[in-house]
This record gives sequence, structure tokens and C-alpha cells, in this order.
Amino acid sequence: MNLSPTDTRHPAAIARRDFVKASAIAGGGLLLSALFPSTKAAAATKGSSIFAPNFYIKIASDGLVTIISKNPEIGQGIKTSLPMIIAEELEVPWQNVTVEQAGLVLGLKGWQGAGGSGATPGHYMDFRKVGAVGRTLLEQAAAQKWGVPVAQCQADQGYVKHSASQKKLAYKDLVDIAAQLEVPDPDSVTLKDPKTFKLLGRRITGVDNRAIVTGQPLFGIDQQREGLLHACFVRCPVFGGKPRSANLDTIKRMSGIVDAFIVEGTDDAFGLRPGVAIVARDTWTTFKAQQSLQVLWQDDNASQHNSLLYQEQASQLAREPGQELRSDGDVEGALASAEQVLEATYEYPFLSHTNLEPQNTTALYQDGVMQIWSPTQNAINGHGLVKELFQLEDDKVKIDITRIGGGFGRRLMSDFICEAAAIAHKLEGTPVKVTWTREQDMQHDYYRAAGWHHFKGAVDAQGKISAWSDHFVTFGLDSTEKTGRGAGISSDEFPIRFVENARLSQTILSTNVPMGWWRAPGSCAIAFATQGFIDELAHQAQRDPLQFRLELLGPDRQVAPAGKRGPDYDSGRMKNVLQLAAEKASWGKKLPKGRGQGIAFHFSHRGYVAVVAEVTVAPNGSLSVDKLVAGVDVGPIVNLSGAENQVQGSLIDALSAAWQQEVTIEGGRVRQTNFDDNPMLRIAQSPQIEVHFDQSDNPPTGLGEPAFPPAAPAIANAIYAATGKRIRSMPFSKTDLTWT
Amino acid sequence: MSQHTLHINGQNRTVDVSDDTPLLWVLRDHLGLVGTKYGCGKGLCGACTVHLNGAAVRSCQLPVGAAASGKITTIEGLARNEKLTPLQEAWIEHDVPQCGYCQAGQIMTATALLASNSKPSDSDIDAAMSGNLCRCATYTRIRQAIHTAAKA
Repeated sequence: MNLSPTDTRHPAAIARRDFVKASAIAGGGLLLSALFPSTKAAAATKGSSIFAPNFYIKIASDGLVTIISKNPEIGQGIKTSLPMIIAEELEVPWQNVTVEQAGLVLGLKGWQGAGGSGATPGHYMDFRKVGAVGRTLLEQAAAQKWGVPVAQCQADQGYVKHSASQKKLAYKDLVDIAAQLEVPDPDSVTLKDPKTFKLLGRRITGVDNRAIVTGQPLFGIDQQREGLLHACFVRCPVFGGKPRSANLDTIKRMSGIVDAFIVEGTDDAFGLRPGVAIVARDTWTTFKAQQSLQVLWQDDNASQHNSLLYQEQASQLAREPGQELRSDGDVEGALASAEQVLEATYEYPFLSHTNLEPQNTTALYQDGVMQIWSPTQNAINGHGLVKELFQLEDDKVKIDITRIGGGFGRRLMSDFICEAAAIAHKLEGTPVKVTWTREQDMQHDYYRAAGWHHFKGAVDAQGKISAWSDHFVTFGLDSTEKTGRGAGISSDEFPIRFVENARLSQTILSTNVPMGWWRAPGSCAIAFATQGFIDELAHQAQRDPLQFRLELLGPDRQVAPAGKRGPDYDSGRMKNVLQLAAEKASWGKKLPKGRGQGIAFHFSHRGYVAVVAEVTVAPNGSLSVDKLVAGVDVGPIVNLSGAENQVQGSLIDALSAAWQQEVTIEGGRVRQTNFDDNPMLRIAQSPQIEVHFDQSDNPPTGLGEPAFPPAAPAIANAIYAATGKRIRSMPFSKTDLTWT
Repeated sequence: MSQHTLHINGQNRTVDVSDDTPLLWVLRDHLGLVGTKYGCGKGLCGACTVHLNGAAVRSCQLPVGAAASGKITTIEGLARNEKLTPLQEAWIEHDVPQCGYCQAGQIMTATALLASNSKPSDSDIDAAMSGNLCRCATYTRIRQAIHTAAKA
């Protein structure tokens, strides 16, 4: 779906009411166009913004409603949940609503992407206002038609009713009048009382589900065009390597091959990488040709990059202080006066995103326009890179956003878009689809950074944490100064701010491994370390791990972040979800040796989640994770089915990553290649899941990420309770869990 | 290159491809049946599952020549005249998909399971479905949907 391009009028000249525009549709119907200025942009222009009809609601003359979904659908359910918000306020029956995906629209002030669990909090109020504007217009149209005050007209599921006279009119009979009316100010329209919601909070099945279960073309990899050619793009196995030469003539003589050439690429690790392109009449031929491809690579300084070497460096750093990120109170004094100091190192490996749909993109360069069809979480990033690569104007690069076979942060990068564009540019006039093999996908990712936490801590006679010290060892991309993407830590990281004597320091190791944001970046690994060591301190203090945590969180209050970066930490909300999960899981029940419960919590992406895990470990060390119970507070739930699905999936995904997955580096390249040497959890290993929402009266926030972080530490803590064996390293499968 | 005639979803389709081409890529790149998905190319993930004479097989491991003699059903061929199977209905009712990419393969494997075992237990389901990976980890709902379809 392509919508109108940017309107270039000066922002200051446009009133806030231009937020929503109403117009008539040729042939009958009402079109509401809306724009969504970012908070920053809105503030900067004092309530005004650029008018870009990036989004619309169409009420056709048959009463059917089309809502454009502007954000990419990666499995987080946004294509269903955001339109639900509009439909609620618009008072239309959900079965009358069709949702269509928007392509990239330029000039948009808000990000048209998927990441950071930001779409729900970022759109909830604006989308309600858009829906309410539409409803108000229809009520006004009815009032006009009946000659009654608008206050007596009430929209109700596709109709406007006049209670005194028992009259009612369908939306389809009102849209043409509504289209002529002046649009009310979105900030002054009356929003529905949430108690009267008919749709929000219900279980609504995904809008694409019928197409999914019947195998319709939806995904990037499913794109079909007349005359489409298929391509692969082979990169140097060693990160940063470049092709010097290749047996291109041999490849080009192979049956079914159309072309083969070297792409010089750029030095930008997040842009077009150097490599060899092979173009053929089908994907299989490109895969086969890769077996015969011989490339002379230039890959200097590769051998110094090795997971074992990183491990050695990180171990040596345990005794050193690192660069201080934050220090509160007197940590050294508190450690010196402690009866016993606990020391432990927690570690986790690099991880691949492993989207089940491998990276791919389809592109056509024709008449000076680069048209792209891509499963991208971040189309505007790809747009910028392609524009730059081929010196194209803004409006000469167009991106259609397809449904996405898993995001997890991988498709925030646009390397695969650049590859398709580079090949399409060379094959001008012919559409081409680049498809990666699973092996390429696993070996050319932007990885979740590995890391180490060297902890020191102590508890006092009252059983409280008297000292906390974390020396975090992480990675920078060819840098010891700047952490890689998603490889940093917040100086507020829990339990900082909750312990009087607390210190966080950091050392950055240089690597050639490209890093990127993974699901719940940072938190996905850090929670394992911090909630594990907190558990150790609880046992040291001989306290119940739940009570110890509740006391650590302290009285109910809002704890502000340093420098006002990010949201406050609401200790009361966290305590509530801890108690909710504990209660539902019958925390503290008596279990025989070999079975145990563990608890953990984590705050990320504005969401409060606690998890209780129940495990069984056989004497031979074989692990069964029996049950995971989550307590979740992300405010009011938009789509109960989608929200629950996100939590169920996050918990199992977290178990999968923690138990079995790792990516290791040897000679500057990734060793793992496919699901046989980097396994993913299967159904038989997946535990029973219970999800309990505490629907607090707070603004709704996103749920793609915050349920992930507390699961792994809850499981590790349960394993300790079952066996007395403390897991301090991921993947868990590397720790011997045998017991007698 | 040679001609192969395949019996797919009740129709005969002829393609001109090299003999070693896996059925997966014949479906996707030559016949426009893209519901069957590529995930690993090694029979490890199950995203490419189709039915060959009613049995769930990995189309990424099946050379086109080996498929030519049998009756092939893909995800596109399950529904008859727009009428979904009870399993497809259950998948929608339980809102199983997240990203949805693996679900065609899941449904093909589950359909074959129900054909041979109309009332599978949890462990029957686990055994039958363990070859199908779901990166979004929708396993909880896959189990529920299969149970619901079994009751239909």
C-alpha cells in the first residue's frame, strides 16, 4: 500500500487540528487522514506538525472500515492491536474492519519501526483520539440530519442512535455528510470511559491469521514479481573481510546462472558489506552455485578474535576495577567490614537472532526509482542507506514493508536491503530477490553481545545487602571506548539505587564481531546475572528469596533514574507482580530434592514482570523445566490474546536461549551454522506456562520484550533450589547438574 | 534440466528444473506456492513440511524427481472451496501465530498427526511435533489448538 508522499508545508504554519483531516471518498465514503507527531516534534512546534497523511481510516459507503496499520508486524501483534484502539473509539464492530499494511511514508515525525516495545505507549492516546474524532463527526452528521442537538446522538457499533426518538442511522448513511463537516479538535473530543470498552481488553485473533493458516503470500520471502530473478550474496566468513577475486567465469557457466559479480561494498559494518553476488533463475541454483564458488578473501587480523581468548581476557579483568559508571556510598568500606564477602562471576555468550524467515529482500531498479519489498523493522534506515549508496533522491527509494517472519531486533539493520538494492541496481529493469541460506543468516548476524559480571557483595546482620559491586566486561566493535549496539549497561541497573553502598564499573573488550539489539537488549542477559547474584545473597542471608527481594525493593515509591533518563522505577508495581506470581505458583511449597522453585523479576521497557519457575533435575543431571508462572503489569491490556501470547513466547524463548544457545568465535568467524549446532527449544521441552496480568491503572506499555529477562534467572534459581548447584554461565547445558 | 510432472493439491503441474532441485524450491520459485517455507535447508526445522501421499515430509530434503510419483498436498491445498479444516479453524480460534512463518509447517505436521491419531495426548503431540521449530515459541497454543481440533 503506497500512501501519499510528504507534504512539505512549514510545520509552524499548520495547526494542531491538522492532526486529523476528513475528506470525501470518490464514489461515497469518509476518509480520515491522521498524522502522528512525535512528542518531541509536537513540543518543538508548539502543538503543530508537518501534515503527512501517513495513516488513514476509510469508512466506505457500504459501512465497511479499512484501517491502515503503519508499524511493521514482526509477530508482536501490532497489526491487530493498534487498529483495535481506533475501532474501539470509532465504535465500529471489529468484524467490519479490514487492516492494511502501510509502506514506508516519508516525512513522518514518529518512527515507523518495530523495536523497544514502544508502539503501544507511543500510539495509545493518539489512536484513541483519531477514533474519537471519527465517531464525533458521525454523531454530528446524524444530529444535522435529524435536526437534534449532537449531545442526544450516540454512536454504537456502526450506528448513531437518537435515544429520545428511537431513531438510528448506519454509518454508511452518514459518511457523506460527515465528510463535509469541520473536523473537531482531537484534543477536545470526548474519549470513551475505559469501563465502557467493548473491544479493548478482549481476546482478538490476529488479523492475518486466516492468510497464515492457508499459506497466502505475506512475508518478504514470498514476494513474487513478473520476471523475478533470484540471488544470493556471499560474504567473507571472517567479519570485515573483502573479496579480492573469485572464479566468476566458472560460476557463470553453470546451468541456470544468469550473472555473478563482485560487489565492492563499503566499510560500514551496518551498510552494504563487500561480497559476491550470484543471480539465477531460482533460489536453489544460487545455493548450489555457492558450493562451487571459490573466493580469495582479504581478511587481515582475523585470528586474534576468538571466544576462548575473550574468556581469558575477561577472567583476568575480574581482579581489576574497571571504569566506574556509578558509585554510591562506601562500597570498599562495607565490603571490608562484612563478615563474609561473596564473589562470583556470571557470564553469557554471543547469540544470534535466528529469525525463522532468513534475511531477504526483493528490489527493482527502474526509471531511476528503487522499489524495495522488505521484511524490515526499520524501513527508514534502509531508505537512508540505499539513497546514499546510489545517490538517489528521497522520493526515488520506495519501500513496501511485508509481514516479517520474526524480528527480535535483527531487522533493525538493513544490510540485506542494501544487498538487494546493489544487485537490482546492476540488473536495472529486472526485479531480483536476495535470499540468505540459514548458514549465512547464522554467520552474518548482528549478535547479542557476550558479557561477564564480576560481582562482590555482602549482607549485614539484618539480612540486607550491605554492599554490591558489579564489574561488567563487555564488547565494543573494534573499540575499547564505545560499547557495541545493545552491549551497554545502564548506570541505574538494578539493584543500583536500592542498595546504599553500590558500584557499577565497566571494561570494554575490542572485537570484530558486529553486535546488534536483541530481544530486550541488555536486559535479556543482565537480568540473569543480577537476579542470580541477588539469589546468592538471599541464601547467604538465609532468607526466603521472595521476602529478600520484597525487602530489597523497599517501600512503595517512584525511584527516579539518574539524570532523568528514562522512566521512574515503581517499586510498588514490581512488588505486586512478585507477589502475584508467587501466589499463583504456590511459592514456598514443599518439594522433594531434585525439584525446586526459583523466582526473579526485572523492569524493562516500562514493564514490570516477575517469574516463578518450577524445575525437576534428575540425579543424572537431566533438566526438565516444568512450569513458568508470570506476573505482569504493563497497565491495561489492549488485546488479551496477543498480550498473553507475547508472554508465553517470551518465557519459552528465554528458556531456549538460556538452556541451549550460543555463538562462538574462532579465527574471527562464527563457528555455528544451523539448528543442529545451535539448537532451538522444541515443543517437548517447553514447559507449562501461566500468565497473570495485574492490570494497573497506569498508561499501557509494550509487551514484546519485558517478559523475557526474568525467565532465565528464575529457572537458574529453581535449579539451585532443586540441586544446590548454582548456574552462573549460559548456556545452562554446559553446567553439570548431576546430584546424589 | 528436465521436465517433471507433479500432482499437487489435486492438479498436475509440469516444471522444467534440474533433477536435484528440492520440492520446496519447485513449489516456491516455479509454481508460486509460497506457503511452504524455507527455514534451514537440512530437515531440522520443519517449516517446509508438506504431505506426500498423506505423510508429513520435509520438502527441502525431497528432490523433485522423488516427489513426482506421489500425491503432494501443501498448505494451500488443505482448505476446500474456502472451507477451512477444523485444525486451521482451531489455529485461528487459539490465535496461535505470532510471526506466523513456521505455522504452515506446524499445521501440515499436525494434520498428518490427527489423520493417524484422532485423539492425541500431550505426549503424542510432543512426539509428533518435535521436528517443527517455532522461533516465537508458540508451543503452548499449538498443543491447545491440536486438542481443540481433535474434539471437533
